Amino acid sequence: MATAAPAPKVNYIGLPIVDYRGGKSTLCAGCGHNAISERIVDALFEMGVEPERVMKMSGIGCSSKTPAYFLSRSHAFNGVHGRMPAIASGAILANHTMTTIGVSGDGDTASIGMGQFVHLMRRNLPMIYIIEDNGVYGLTKGQFSATADLGSRLKTGVVNDLPGIDTCALAIQLGATFVGRSFSGDKKQLLSMLKAAIAHKGTVMLDVISPCVTFNDHEGSTKSYKFMQENDEPINEIGFVASFDDIAVDYDSGEVYEVEMHDGSNLRLRKLHEDYDPTDKANAVRTLMEAQDNNEILTGIFYINTEKATFIDQLNLVDEPLATLPESLTRPPKSALDALMTALK
Amino acid sequence: MIINVQRTGPSTGLPTRTQQADLLSAAFLSHGDTKHPILLPGSVKECFELTQAAFDLAERMQTPVFLLTDLDLGMNNWMSEPFDYPAKPLDRGKILTAEDLERLGGFARYRDVDGDAVGWRTLPGTRHPKASYFTRGSGHNDAAKYTEDPEEYQAVMDRLAQKFEKMRALLPAPVVVKGGSSQNRKSGIGCVAYGSTDCALTESLDQIKQRYGKDVDYMRIRAWPFAHEIHDFVASHDRIYVVEQDRDAQLASLLKLDLPAAQVTKLRSILHYNGLPVDAEFITAQFALQEGL
Repeated sequence: MATAAPAPKVNYIGLPIVDYRGGKSTLCAGCGHNAISERIVDALFEMGVEPERVMKMSGIGCSSKTPAYFLSRSHAFNGVHGRMPAIASGAILANHTMTTIGVSGDGDTASIGMGQFVHLMRRNLPMIYIIEDNGVYGLTKGQFSATADLGSRLKTGVVNDLPGIDTCALAIQLGATFVGRSFSGDKKQLLSMLKAAIAHKGTVMLDVISPCVTFNDHEGSTKSYKFMQENDEPINEIGFVASFDDIAVDYDSGEVYEVEMHDGSNLRLRKLHEDYDPTDKANAVRTLMEAQDNNEILTGIFYINTEKATFIDQLNLVDEPLATLPESLTRPPKSALDALMTALK
Repeated sequence: MIINVQRTGPSTGLPTRTQQADLLSAAFLSHGDTKHPILLPGSVKECFELTQAAFDLAERMQTPVFLLTDLDLGMNNWMSEPFDYPAKPLDRGKILTAEDLERLGGFARYRDVDGDAVGWRTLPGTRHPKASYFTRGSGHNDAAKYTEDPEEYQAVMDRLAQKFEKMRALLPAPVVVKGGSSQNRKSGIGCVAYGSTDCALTESLDQIKQRYGKDVDYMRIRAWPFAHEIHDFVASHDRIYVVEQDRDAQLASLLKLDLPAAQVTKLRSILHYNGLPVDAEFITAQFALQEGL
């Protein structure tokens, strides 16, 4: 007699994790990007986000291929090099009720897309912008990108003699309201960070160090698995309790920075760096700049601001998405045109 | 929907002066075998009307649409008839709802199920497990999946070509300003133009009649790809003057790409490209010169 297979574990909205998966990855085995895709699946599953209510956006590069490898049930738009911010901005304005995840890379963001990136950050549109950061152009034989650290060495022996752009410091300075850095190899930290990101209302910018096993995982690289395992220095330990979770956690309030999220969930940042305050913008930028000077790789949530108005609030958009507003509301009446014509006579 | 108020190039050119020299770049902008429909309003009122048409067309045919006006029309003050309130509702094109997907059991984003070369789409956020699709710049099959399969790739390319062909009949038709095709023609000589050239050309045709006693038929082009009426007009005349405001005869070039070989030799160009709006005297003088009057 056959025994029934156990029912698969379902999430808060009753869906199994398989409903959050995507196509098979065509990236190299061991690529950090694959681990990030897995964490995105886990985070959306655990947060009970409806897959149909997610938009996946990307540019060009290894990183930007990954939206095909998670959430097949979500709409996706793969734009051109560095232009994802403009496309995402338009899509979000058309429907701001969606959860929007943009996946970019260090080349896509910090070189060709820099002009668009900086303007996205200052608008505080509600979206999660992830940089899968390996410091090299993986699709074109591994040349250094603009986030490669000063002194980092390529397999060919070429040494990077320009300072890397710290996308986190930049995003904080420009106006993003949730900024963090993680490492693809740190499952726990990345998952907590992504879950908190989903709960945040505003622009989340996450720089995730994601080693390129083909071109930048050797001795002398500052974006290799080994280097990150040895040098990853978390600034805080992220504890996230979703609004629907009923978990009481005991903690010493002196050691934890607690943030009430917009959706009612709770973010608890255990301080690992002496009294680090993630709401102090100037201190966050200074800390990152000092870390860069000292060749330290800080991870964690550097900055969070749950108060700042989003671009949607600033534009005073109606609750119903513009994409589905009926014509009776989007087209002004004949009397409006007639009045205008009379005024021009 | 992209509006290009053309000014004088190349590069920054004469930034406060007018020209019509972006026609070819708008037509073929992007990599590979790319063609974009272009609407060409000839008056302020038509800018208002064709902008609406362009939005509808963009959604109906699922394509970027360019609307090319020029600085003379776009920045100078003009007298205009009052604008009319739109007679038709907005056209959102072929959109499947969650209920449609339930009934159909799914869909293939780029499959031509209606023979109009346009697939059905869904809006992001449609609450159905089969609603999503992946929009990508790279090669894909009719189900929006990545492919490098030669046949699948070519099938998509052929469908896009077919879609472009079908637009000839959907775009704003040309306007016969004077004379016409076949039995309606008043002259063996015709001319075509678009955009702000219209006023100067209309005045020039009166001058030509007055000074040389010659009738010249005139068709004002309002869109590319060209409607069949434009082919008929060219075929109905012995020679056609293409009057435009650019150095390289861009409108004539597009016509040459489109017309049958036997018709191409009928085309002659009157080109004005010094940054100022073309005027009637210039056209009349050029016409007289080329006609040996």
